[in-house]
Amino acid sequence: MTDSENAVQDAGFDEWLDAAEDGDAYYLECPNEHGSLPPRRVCPDCGATDLEEVPLPATGEIETFTVTHVPTPAFEDDAPYATAIANFGPVRITGQVVDVDLEAIEPGLTVEIEISVSETTGERVLSFSPA
Amino acid sequence: MSDVRVAGVGLTSFGNTPERTSRDLFGDATIEAFADSGVPRDDVEALLYGNFMGELSEHQGHQGPLMAEAAGIRAPATRYESACASSGVAIRDAVKRIRNGEEDVLLVGGAERMTNLGTAGATEALAIAADDLWEVRAGTTFPGAYALMAQAYFSEFGGEHEDLAHIAVKNHENALTNEKAQYQRAIDVDDVLEAPQVSSPLGLYDSCPISDGAAALVLTSEDYAAEHDLDAPVAITGTGQGGDRMALHDREHLARSPAAREAGEEAYAEAGIDASDVDVAEVHDCFTIAEVLAIEALDLEPIGEGISAARDGRTTADGETPINLSGGLKAKGHPVGATGASQIAEVSKLLAGTHPNSDHVADATTGVAHNAGGTVASATVHVLEVVA
Ligand SMILES: [Zn+2]
Repeated sequence: MTDSENAVQDAGFDEWLDAAEDGDAYYLECPNEHGSLPPRRVCPDCGATDLEEVPLPATGEIETFTVTHVPTPAFEDDAPYATAIANFGPVRITGQVVDVDLEAIEPGLTVEIEISVSETTGERVLSFSPA
Repeated sequence: MSDVRVAGVGLTSFGNTPERTSRDLFGDATIEAFADSGVPRDDVEALLYGNFMGELSEHQGHQGPLMAEAAGIRAPATRYESACASSGVAIRDAVKRIRNGEEDVLLVGGAERMTNLGTAGATEALAIAADDLWEVRAGTTFPGAYALMAQAYFSEFGGEHEDLAHIAVKNHENALTNEKAQYQRAIDVDDVLEAPQVSSPLGLYDSCPISDGAAALVLTSEDYAAEHDLDAPVAITGTGQGGDRMALHDREHLARSPAAREAGEEAYAEAGIDASDVDVAEVHDCFTIAEVLAIEALDLEPIGEGISAARDGRTTADGETPINLSGGLKAKGHPVGATGASQIAEVSKLLAGTHPNSDHVADATTGVAHNAGGTVASATVHVLEVVA
Protein backbone atom coordinates (compact mmCIF):
# COMPACT_ATOMS: atom_id res chain seq x y z
CA MET A 1 0.00 0.00 0.00
CA THR A 2 1.21 3.49 -0.73
CA ASP A 3 -0.19 6.90 -0.04
CA SER A 4 0.59 8.09 -3.55
CA GLU A 5 -1.75 10.13 -5.75
CA ASN A 6 -2.46 6.98 -7.74
CA ALA A 7 -3.58 4.84 -4.83
CA VAL A 8 -7.23 3.82 -4.93
CA GLN A 9 -9.19 5.65 -2.28
CA ASP A 10 -11.61 4.07 0.14
CA ALA A 11 -14.75 6.12 -0.43
CA GLY A 12 -16.05 7.55 2.80
CA PHE A 13 -13.00 6.69 4.87
CA ASP A 14 -10.32 8.65 3.02
CA GLU A 15 -12.68 11.63 2.78
CA TRP A 16 -13.14 11.38 6.53
CA LEU A 17 -9.37 11.44 7.09
CA ASP A 18 -9.13 14.48 4.76
CA ALA A 19 -11.80 16.28 6.75
CA ALA A 20 -10.24 15.33 10.08
CA GLU A 21 -6.89 16.64 8.86
CA ASP A 22 -8.60 19.97 8.21
CA GLY A 23 -10.08 19.92 11.69
CA ASP A 24 -13.54 19.05 10.39
CA ALA A 25 -14.03 15.50 11.69
CA TYR A 26 -17.62 14.34 11.62
CA TYR A 27 -19.85 11.41 12.38
CA LEU A 28 -23.03 10.22 10.74
CA GLU A 29 -26.36 10.76 12.44
CA CYS A 30 -29.72 9.19 11.60
CA PRO A 31 -33.10 10.83 12.27
CA ASN A 32 -33.25 8.89 15.54
CA GLU A 33 -29.96 10.45 16.63
CA HIS A 34 -27.91 7.27 16.45
CA GLY A 35 -24.28 8.09 15.75
CA SER A 36 -21.99 5.96 13.56
CA LEU A 37 -18.82 6.21 11.48
CA PRO A 38 -18.57 6.29 7.68
CA PRO A 39 -18.67 4.79 5.12
CA ARG A 40 -22.21 3.74 5.79
CA ARG A 41 -25.50 3.79 3.88
CA VAL A 42 -27.71 2.50 6.66
CA CYS A 43 -27.93 3.24 10.40
CA PRO A 44 -26.73 0.04 12.12
CA ASP A 45 -29.05 0.70 15.07
CA CYS A 46 -32.39 1.33 13.35
CA GLY A 47 -31.96 0.84 9.60
CA ALA A 48 -32.66 4.47 8.69
CA THR A 49 -31.12 5.45 5.38
CA ASP A 50 -31.08 9.25 5.59
CA LEU A 51 -27.78 9.80 7.33
CA GLU A 52 -26.37 13.25 7.87
CA GLU A 53 -22.79 14.39 8.50
CA VAL A 54 -22.61 16.12 11.87
CA PRO A 55 -19.47 17.73 13.35
CA LEU A 56 -17.70 15.46 15.85
CA PRO A 57 -17.42 16.94 19.35
CA ALA A 58 -14.01 18.63 19.63
CA THR A 59 -12.83 16.42 22.44
CA GLY A 60 -13.30 12.85 23.60
CA GLU A 61 -12.34 10.88 26.66
CA ILE A 62 -10.14 7.78 26.67
CA GLU A 63 -12.08 4.79 27.96
CA THR A 64 -9.47 2.11 27.53
CA PHE A 65 -5.98 1.85 26.08
CA THR A 66 -3.10 -0.53 25.45
CA VAL A 67 0.55 -0.20 24.59
CA THR A 68 1.39 -2.61 21.77
CA HIS A 69 4.89 -4.07 21.64
CA VAL A 70 4.24 -6.75 19.02
CA PRO A 71 2.77 -4.93 16.00
CA THR A 72 1.65 -5.98 12.57
CA PRO A 73 4.28 -5.37 9.85
CA ALA A 74 2.52 -2.10 8.95
CA PHE A 75 3.56 -0.65 12.32
CA GLU A 76 6.90 -2.39 12.79
CA ASP A 77 8.92 0.81 13.26
CA ASP A 78 6.19 2.50 15.31
CA ALA A 79 6.18 0.04 18.22
CA PRO A 80 5.78 0.46 21.07
CA TYR A 81 2.73 2.61 20.48
CA ALA A 82 -0.49 3.23 22.36
CA THR A 83 -3.92 2.46 20.96
CA ALA A 84 -7.04 3.69 22.71
CA ILE A 85 -10.79 3.75 22.41
CA ALA A 86 -12.03 7.27 23.05
CA ASN A 87 -15.62 8.27 23.68
CA PHE A 88 -16.78 11.30 21.71
CA GLY A 89 -20.38 11.06 22.92
CA PRO A 90 -22.39 9.97 19.88
CA VAL A 91 -19.58 7.65 18.71
CA ARG A 92 -16.52 5.89 20.08
CA ILE A 93 -13.37 5.80 17.94
CA THR A 94 -10.20 3.69 18.00
CA GLY A 95 -6.94 5.55 17.45
CA GLN A 96 -3.29 5.80 18.38
CA VAL A 97 -2.34 8.12 21.20
CA VAL A 98 0.41 10.52 20.17
CA ASP A 99 2.25 13.53 21.62
CA VAL A 100 2.23 12.02 25.10
CA ASP A 101 4.47 9.90 27.28
CA LEU A 102 3.10 6.34 27.06
CA GLU A 103 3.23 6.13 30.86
CA ALA A 104 0.97 9.16 31.19
CA ILE A 105 -1.99 7.67 29.32
CA GLU A 106 -4.92 6.72 31.50
CA PRO A 107 -8.67 6.24 31.28
CA GLY A 108 -10.40 9.61 31.52
CA LEU A 109 -7.71 11.50 29.60
CA THR A 110 -9.28 14.16 27.36
CA VAL A 111 -8.11 13.98 23.76
CA GLU A 112 -8.73 15.47 20.35
CA ILE A 113 -8.45 13.90 16.90
CA GLU A 114 -5.10 14.22 15.16
CA ILE A 115 -4.12 12.58 11.91
CA SER A 116 -0.55 11.35 12.30
CA VAL A 117 1.67 9.36 9.97
CA SER A 118 3.01 5.82 10.42
CA GLU A 119 6.80 5.77 10.75
CA THR A 120 6.76 2.40 9.02
CA THR A 121 4.64 3.02 5.94
CA GLY A 122 4.10 6.77 5.74
CA GLU A 123 0.34 6.11 5.72
CA ARG A 124 -2.01 8.36 7.61
CA VAL A 125 -3.08 7.09 11.03
CA LEU A 126 -6.13 8.15 13.00
CA SER A 127 -4.68 9.38 16.27
CA PHE A 128 -5.56 11.19 19.46
CA SER A 129 -3.51 13.85 21.20
CA PRO A 130 -4.11 15.29 24.66
CA ALA A 131 -6.52 18.22 24.41
CA MET B 1 -36.17 -33.61 16.39
CA SER B 2 -33.31 -36.08 16.35
CA ASP B 3 -30.46 -35.87 18.84
CA VAL B 4 -27.11 -35.38 17.20
CA ARG B 5 -24.50 -37.90 18.28
CA VAL B 6 -20.78 -37.31 18.37
CA ALA B 7 -19.77 -40.60 16.77
CA GLY B 8 -16.06 -39.97 16.43
CA VAL B 9 -13.45 -37.29 17.02
CA GLY B 10 -9.97 -36.75 15.64
CA LEU B 11 -7.28 -34.24 16.45
CA THR B 12 -3.78 -33.71 15.18
CA SER B 13 -1.19 -32.55 17.66
CA PHE B 14 -1.40 -28.77 17.85
CA GLY B 15 1.89 -26.98 17.55
CA ASN B 16 4.64 -25.69 15.39
CA THR B 17 4.78 -27.64 12.11
CA PRO B 18 5.26 -24.95 9.46
CA GLU B 19 6.00 -27.50 6.74
CA ARG B 20 2.66 -29.29 7.03
CA THR B 21 -0.09 -28.18 4.64
CA SER B 22 -3.60 -27.90 5.99
CA ARG B 23 -4.73 -30.68 3.65
CA ASP B 24 -2.15 -32.91 5.30
CA LEU B 25 -3.27 -31.86 8.78
CA PHE B 26 -6.98 -32.27 8.06
CA GLY B 27 -6.48 -35.63 6.38
CA ASP B 28 -4.68 -36.79 9.49
CA ALA B 29 -7.46 -35.64 11.83
CA THR B 30 -10.11 -37.38 9.73
CA ILE B 31 -8.28 -40.72 9.83
CA GLU B 32 -8.55 -40.63 13.61
CA ALA B 33 -12.17 -39.46 13.55
CA PHE B 34 -13.32 -42.23 11.20
CA ALA B 35 -11.42 -44.87 13.16
CA ASP B 36 -12.96 -43.59 16.40
CA SER B 37 -16.48 -43.56 14.96
CA GLY B 38 -16.67 -46.86 13.12
CA VAL B 39 -18.60 -44.97 10.42
CA PRO B 40 -17.58 -45.81 6.84
CA ARG B 41 -16.43 -42.85 4.74
CA ASP B 42 -19.00 -43.76 2.09
CA ASP B 43 -21.85 -42.88 4.45
CA VAL B 44 -20.76 -39.24 4.82
CA GLU B 45 -23.26 -36.97 3.08
CA ALA B 46 -21.40 -33.66 3.31
CA LEU B 47 -18.31 -31.93 4.72
CA LEU B 48 -18.67 -28.69 6.67
CA TYR B 49 -15.19 -27.24 7.07
CA GLY B 50 -13.91 -24.25 9.02
CA ASN B 51 -10.86 -22.20 8.04
CA PHE B 52 -9.94 -18.56 8.50
CA MET B 53 -6.68 -17.48 6.88
CA GLY B 54 -6.11 -19.99 4.08
CA GLU B 55 -5.79 -17.32 1.40
CA LEU B 56 -3.02 -15.60 3.34
CA SER B 57 -1.15 -18.61 4.70
CA GLU B 58 -1.43 -21.01 1.76
CA HIS B 59 -2.76 -18.96 -1.13
CA GLN B 60 -5.69 -21.34 -1.07
CA GLY B 61 -9.34 -20.50 -1.39
CA HIS B 62 -12.16 -22.93 -2.20
CA GLN B 63 -10.99 -25.32 0.48
CA GLY B 64 -14.20 -27.33 0.81
CA PRO B 65 -13.65 -29.77 -2.04
CA LEU B 66 -9.91 -29.88 -1.37
CA MET B 67 -10.57 -31.05 2.18
CA ALA B 68 -13.21 -33.59 1.15
CA GLU B 69 -10.51 -35.08 -1.05
CA ALA B 70 -8.04 -34.98 1.82
CA ALA B 71 -10.56 -36.83 3.98
CA GLY B 72 -11.19 -39.45 1.31
CA ILE B 73 -14.88 -38.72 0.93
CA ARG B 74 -16.98 -37.98 -2.14
CA ALA B 75 -19.58 -35.50 -0.98
CA PRO B 76 -20.49 -31.85 -1.29
CA ALA B 77 -18.18 -29.71 0.82
CA THR B 78 -18.39 -26.12 2.03
CA ARG B 79 -15.95 -23.89 3.85
CA TYR B 80 -17.18 -21.77 6.76
CA GLU B 81 -15.33 -18.60 7.72
CA SER B 82 -16.16 -16.74 10.88
CA ALA B 83 -12.68 -15.86 12.14
CA CYS B 84 -11.76 -17.97 15.18
CA ALA B 85 -15.35 -19.29 15.35
CA SER B 86 -15.14 -20.83 11.87
CA SER B 87 -15.60 -24.45 12.88
CA GLY B 88 -18.05 -23.51 15.63
CA VAL B 89 -20.44 -22.17 13.01
CA ALA B 90 -19.79 -25.22 10.83
CA ILE B 91 -20.80 -27.49 13.72
CA ARG B 92 -23.90 -25.44 14.38
CA ASP B 93 -25.03 -25.86 10.79
CA ALA B 94 -24.28 -29.57 10.89
CA VAL B 95 -26.36 -29.98 14.05
CA LYS B 96 -29.31 -28.20 12.47
CA ARG B 97 -29.12 -30.25 9.28
CA ILE B 98 -29.05 -33.56 11.12
CA ARG B 99 -31.84 -32.50 13.47
CA ASN B 100 -33.97 -31.45 10.55
CA GLY B 101 -33.59 -34.88 9.04
CA GLU B 102 -31.79 -33.56 5.99
CA GLU B 103 -28.76 -35.75 6.54
CA ASP B 104 -27.73 -38.57 8.88
CA VAL B 105 -23.94 -38.47 8.68
CA LEU B 106 -21.77 -35.38 8.38
CA LEU B 107 -18.05 -34.78 8.60
CA VAL B 108 -17.32 -31.48 10.35
CA GLY B 109 -14.06 -29.89 11.33
CA GLY B 110 -11.44 -27.38 10.48
CA ALA B 111 -7.76 -26.72 10.10
CA GLU B 112 -5.34 -23.83 10.14
CA ARG B 113 -1.76 -23.43 9.04
CA MET B 114 -0.25 -20.39 10.76
CA THR B 115 3.34 -20.82 11.89
CA ASN B 116 4.69 -20.67 8.31
CA LEU B 117 3.69 -16.98 8.33
CA GLY B 118 6.03 -16.12 11.22
CA THR B 119 4.98 -13.97 14.16
CA ALA B 120 4.56 -10.74 12.20
CA GLY B 121 2.71 -12.41 9.35
CA ALA B 122 0.38 -14.30 11.67
CA THR B 123 -0.25 -11.13 13.68
CA GLU B 124 -1.23 -9.39 10.47
CA ALA B 125 -3.42 -12.29 9.33
CA LEU B 126 -5.21 -12.47 12.67
CA ALA B 127 -5.76 -8.71 12.69
CA ILE B 128 -8.04 -8.95 9.67
CA ALA B 129 -10.71 -10.35 11.98
CA ALA B 130 -11.08 -6.72 13.14
CA ASP B 131 -12.45 -3.73 11.19
CA ASP B 132 -9.78 -2.91 8.62
CA LEU B 133 -10.61 0.79 8.20
CA TRP B 134 -11.30 1.82 11.77
CA GLU B 135 -9.28 -0.64 13.87
CA VAL B 136 -6.46 -2.28 11.90
CA ARG B 137 -5.29 0.97 10.27
CA ALA B 138 -5.01 2.51 13.72
CA GLY B 139 -2.60 -0.28 14.67
CA THR B 140 -4.99 -2.64 16.42
CA THR B 141 -3.68 -6.19 16.61
CA PHE B 142 -5.62 -9.21 17.84
CA PRO B 143 -3.85 -9.20 21.24
CA GLY B 144 -4.21 -5.41 21.26
CA ALA B 145 -7.99 -5.63 20.96
CA TYR B 146 -8.20 -8.08 23.85
CA ALA B 147 -5.85 -5.85 25.82
CA LEU B 148 -8.33 -2.99 25.34
CA MET B 149 -11.01 -5.26 26.80
CA ALA B 150 -8.76 -6.29 29.70
CA GLN B 151 -7.99 -2.69 30.58
CA ALA B 152 -11.68 -1.81 30.30
CA TYR B 153 -12.51 -4.76 32.59
CA PHE B 154 -10.00 -3.63 35.21
CA SER B 155 -11.43 -0.09 35.08
CA GLU B 156 -15.03 -1.26 35.39
CA PHE B 157 -14.81 -4.24 37.75
CA GLY B 158 -11.33 -4.19 39.25
CA GLY B 159 -8.79 -6.97 39.08
CA GLU B 160 -5.20 -6.97 37.94
CA HIS B 161 -2.73 -8.81 35.77
CA GLU B 162 -1.94 -11.24 38.58
CA ASP B 163 -5.55 -12.48 38.53
CA LEU B 164 -5.24 -13.18 34.83
CA ALA B 165 -1.95 -14.96 35.42
CA HIS B 166 -3.76 -17.62 37.46
CA ILE B 167 -5.82 -18.48 34.37
CA ALA B 168 -2.69 -19.11 32.32
CA VAL B 169 -1.18 -21.18 35.12
CA LYS B 170 -4.36 -23.28 35.43
CA ASN B 171 -4.61 -23.96 31.70
CA HIS B 172 -0.95 -24.94 31.43
CA GLU B 173 -1.45 -27.29 34.39
CA ASN B 174 -4.44 -28.90 32.65
CA ALA B 175 -2.45 -29.46 29.47
CA LEU B 176 0.24 -31.51 31.21
CA THR B 177 -1.66 -34.74 30.49
CA ASN B 178 -2.80 -33.74 26.98
CA GLU B 179 -0.26 -35.34 24.69
CA LYS B 180 -1.55 -33.34 21.72
CA ALA B 181 -1.22 -29.96 23.42
CA GLN B 182 1.29 -27.44 22.12
CA TYR B 183 2.67 -26.83 25.63
CA GLN B 184 2.95 -29.57 28.20
CA ARG B 185 4.89 -27.47 30.62
CA ALA B 186 3.83 -26.05 33.98
CA ILE B 187 4.28 -22.34 34.54
CA ASP B 188 3.81 -20.20 37.64
CA VAL B 189 2.33 -16.78 38.27
CA ASP B 190 5.75 -15.11 38.20
CA ASP B 191 6.46 -16.56 34.76
CA VAL B 192 3.34 -14.85 33.47
CA LEU B 193 4.02 -11.55 35.21
CA GLU B 194 7.64 -11.42 34.08
CA ALA B 195 7.06 -12.46 30.45
CA PRO B 196 7.63 -9.88 27.70
CA GLN B 197 4.71 -7.56 27.09
CA VAL B 198 2.70 -8.11 23.92
CA SER B 199 0.05 -5.46 24.38
CA SER B 200 -0.28 -4.11 27.90
CA PRO B 201 -1.58 -5.46 30.24
CA LEU B 202 -1.24 -8.73 28.30
CA GLY B 203 2.11 -10.45 28.03
CA LEU B 204 3.42 -13.46 26.16
CA TYR B 205 1.94 -15.94 28.67
CA ASP B 206 -1.48 -14.28 28.57
CA SER B 207 -1.67 -15.12 24.88
CA CYS B 208 -2.40 -18.32 23.08
CA PRO B 209 0.38 -19.44 20.76
CA ILE B 210 0.39 -19.36 16.98
CA SER B 211 -0.44 -22.93 16.04
CA ASP B 212 -0.90 -25.42 13.24
CA GLY B 213 -3.46 -28.16 13.57
CA ALA B 214 -6.71 -29.77 12.58
CA ALA B 215 -9.78 -31.27 14.17
CA ALA B 216 -12.49 -33.50 12.72
CA LEU B 217 -15.80 -34.83 14.01
CA VAL B 218 -18.14 -37.45 12.63
CA LEU B 219 -21.67 -36.44 13.63
CA THR B 220 -24.67 -38.69 13.09
CA SER B 221 -28.38 -38.77 13.76
CA GLU B 222 -29.63 -40.76 16.72
CA ASP B 223 -31.34 -43.19 14.36
CA TYR B 224 -28.16 -43.82 12.40
CA ALA B 225 -26.22 -44.39 15.64
CA ALA B 226 -28.82 -46.88 16.85
CA GLU B 227 -29.11 -48.69 13.53
CA HIS B 228 -25.37 -49.14 13.26
CA ASP B 229 -24.89 -49.87 16.94
CA LEU B 230 -22.35 -47.06 17.32
CA ASP B 231 -20.55 -46.43 20.57
CA ALA B 232 -21.61 -42.77 20.75
CA PRO B 233 -22.78 -41.91 24.25
CA VAL B 234 -22.53 -38.13 23.87
CA ALA B 235 -25.02 -35.92 22.03
CA ILE B 236 -25.02 -32.26 21.09
CA THR B 237 -28.30 -31.16 22.67
CA GLY B 238 -28.12 -27.41 22.28
CA THR B 239 -26.64 -24.97 19.79
CA GLY B 240 -26.61 -21.19 19.88
CA GLN B 241 -25.02 -18.35 17.97
CA GLY B 242 -24.75 -14.68 18.77
CA GLY B 243 -23.51 -11.65 16.89
CA ASP B 244 -22.32 -8.18 17.69
CA ARG B 245 -20.97 -5.07 16.02
CA MET B 246 -17.68 -5.65 14.19
CA ALA B 247 -15.53 -2.97 15.83
CA LEU B 248 -14.96 -3.19 19.55
CA HIS B 249 -15.56 0.56 19.93
CA ASP B 250 -19.09 0.16 18.56
CA ARG B 251 -20.17 -2.23 21.32
CA GLU B 252 -22.34 -1.19 24.19
CA HIS B 253 -19.90 -2.78 26.66
CA LEU B 254 -16.14 -2.95 26.21
CA ALA B 255 -15.72 -5.54 28.95
CA ARG B 256 -18.52 -7.99 28.23
CA SER B 257 -19.41 -10.40 25.42
CA PRO B 258 -23.12 -10.06 24.62
CA ALA B 259 -22.76 -12.28 21.52
CA ALA B 260 -21.55 -15.13 23.71
CA ARG B 261 -24.34 -14.51 26.20
CA GLU B 262 -26.90 -14.67 23.41
CA ALA B 263 -25.35 -17.87 22.07
CA GLY B 264 -25.26 -19.41 25.54
CA GLU B 265 -28.86 -18.57 26.37
CA GLU B 266 -30.02 -20.08 23.11
CA ALA B 267 -27.98 -23.26 23.57
CA TYR B 268 -29.03 -23.68 27.21
CA ALA B 269 -32.70 -23.20 26.29
CA GLU B 270 -32.52 -25.77 23.50
CA ALA B 271 -30.89 -28.30 25.80
CA GLY B 272 -33.29 -27.44 28.61
CA ILE B 273 -30.49 -26.70 31.06
CA ASP B 274 -29.16 -23.69 32.90
CA ALA B 275 -25.68 -22.68 33.94
CA SER B 276 -25.96 -24.57 37.25
CA ASP B 277 -26.22 -27.84 35.30
CA VAL B 278 -22.88 -27.34 33.57
CA ASP B 279 -20.27 -29.75 34.92
CA VAL B 280 -17.38 -28.83 32.68
CA ALA B 281 -16.64 -26.32 29.91
CA GLU B 282 -14.15 -25.58 27.18
CA VAL B 283 -14.18 -21.84 26.53
CA HIS B 284 -12.37 -19.64 24.03
CA ASP B 285 -9.36 -18.40 26.01
CA CYS B 286 -7.32 -16.93 23.17
CA PHE B 287 -6.13 -14.50 25.85
CA THR B 288 -6.47 -14.86 29.60
CA ILE B 289 -9.05 -12.05 29.75
CA ALA B 290 -11.14 -13.90 27.15
CA GLU B 291 -11.74 -16.75 29.60
CA VAL B 292 -13.07 -14.25 32.15
CA LEU B 293 -15.48 -12.71 29.65
CA ALA B 294 -16.56 -16.17 28.45
CA ILE B 295 -17.44 -17.65 31.83
CA GLU B 296 -19.35 -14.50 32.74
CA ALA B 297 -21.24 -14.54 29.44
CA LEU B 298 -22.13 -18.21 30.04
CA ASP B 299 -23.43 -17.34 33.53
CA LEU B 300 -20.88 -19.66 35.10
CA GLU B 301 -19.71 -16.62 37.07
CA PRO B 302 -21.55 -13.39 37.91
CA ILE B 303 -20.56 -10.29 35.91
CA GLY B 304 -17.43 -8.79 37.43
CA GLU B 305 -16.46 -11.93 39.38
CA GLY B 306 -15.02 -14.15 36.67
CA ILE B 307 -11.65 -12.48 37.18
CA SER B 308 -11.12 -14.32 40.49
CA ALA B 309 -12.45 -17.73 39.43
CA ALA B 310 -9.11 -19.34 38.60
CA ARG B 311 -7.24 -17.62 41.43
CA ASP B 312 -9.79 -18.84 43.96
CA GLY B 313 -9.94 -22.34 42.53
CA ARG B 314 -13.50 -22.36 41.26
CA THR B 315 -12.46 -23.23 37.69
CA THR B 316 -9.37 -25.34 38.36
CA ALA B 317 -9.35 -29.09 37.67
CA ASP B 318 -10.67 -29.88 41.13
CA GLY B 319 -12.92 -26.84 41.36
CA GLU B 320 -16.68 -26.62 41.13
CA THR B 321 -16.74 -26.17 37.35
CA PRO B 322 -13.41 -27.01 35.71
CA ILE B 323 -12.75 -24.77 32.73
CA ASN B 324 -10.46 -25.76 29.88
CA LEU B 325 -9.35 -29.15 31.16
CA SER B 326 -7.75 -29.67 27.75
CA GLY B 327 -5.35 -26.81 28.41
CA GLY B 328 -7.54 -24.42 26.44
CA LEU B 329 -6.35 -22.37 23.53
CA LYS B 330 -3.71 -21.01 25.88
CA ALA B 331 -1.76 -24.25 26.32
CA LYS B 332 -3.36 -26.67 23.88
CA GLY B 333 -2.87 -24.20 21.00
CA HIS B 334 -5.14 -22.20 18.72
CA PRO B 335 -5.05 -23.23 15.06
CA VAL B 336 -7.90 -20.85 14.37
CA GLY B 337 -10.13 -22.81 12.01
CA ALA B 338 -9.73 -26.03 14.00
CA THR B 339 -10.47 -24.58 17.42
CA GLY B 340 -14.27 -24.86 17.64
CA ALA B 341 -14.25 -28.48 16.51
CA SER B 342 -11.37 -29.33 18.84
CA GLN B 343 -13.36 -27.97 21.79
CA ILE B 344 -16.32 -30.23 20.94
CA ALA B 345 -13.88 -33.15 20.68
CA GLU B 346 -12.42 -32.39 24.13
CA VAL B 347 -15.81 -31.98 25.85
CA SER B 348 -17.08 -35.13 24.21
CA LYS B 349 -14.09 -37.12 25.48
CA LEU B 350 -14.34 -35.58 28.95
CA LEU B 351 -17.99 -36.68 29.18
CA ALA B 352 -17.39 -40.11 27.63
CA GLY B 353 -14.65 -40.77 30.17
CA THR B 354 -11.96 -41.18 27.52
CA HIS B 355 -10.02 -37.94 28.18
CA PRO B 356 -6.82 -37.99 30.25
CA ASN B 357 -8.53 -35.46 32.55
CA SER B 358 -11.87 -37.28 32.77
CA ASP B 359 -11.12 -38.34 36.34
CA HIS B 360 -11.52 -34.73 37.45
CA VAL B 361 -15.12 -34.80 36.24
CA ALA B 362 -16.03 -38.44 36.85
CA ASP B 363 -19.75 -37.78 37.38
CA ALA B 364 -20.10 -35.15 34.67
CA THR B 365 -23.09 -35.46 32.36
CA THR B 366 -23.28 -31.97 30.88
CA GLY B 367 -20.56 -29.97 29.15
CA VAL B 368 -20.38 -26.75 27.19
CA ALA B 369 -18.11 -25.54 24.38
CA HIS B 370 -17.80 -21.82 23.66
CA ASN B 371 -16.11 -20.60 20.48
CA ALA B 372 -15.61 -16.90 19.72
CA GLY B 373 -14.72 -15.04 16.53
CA GLY B 374 -12.65 -11.86 16.45
CA THR B 375 -13.28 -9.77 19.55
CA VAL B 376 -16.51 -11.76 19.94
CA ALA B 377 -18.46 -10.20 17.09
CA SER B 378 -19.31 -13.87 16.49
CA ALA B 379 -19.85 -16.61 19.04
CA THR B 380 -21.21 -20.13 19.13
CA VAL B 381 -22.07 -22.20 22.17
CA HIS B 382 -22.85 -25.91 22.17
CA VAL B 383 -24.22 -28.06 24.97
CA LEU B 384 -23.14 -31.70 25.07
CA GLU B 385 -24.80 -34.32 27.25
CA VAL B 386 -24.32 -37.97 28.00
CA VAL B 387 -27.44 -39.63 26.60
CA ALA B 388 -26.55 -43.30 26.30
ZN1 LIG C 1 -30.64 5.02 13.72
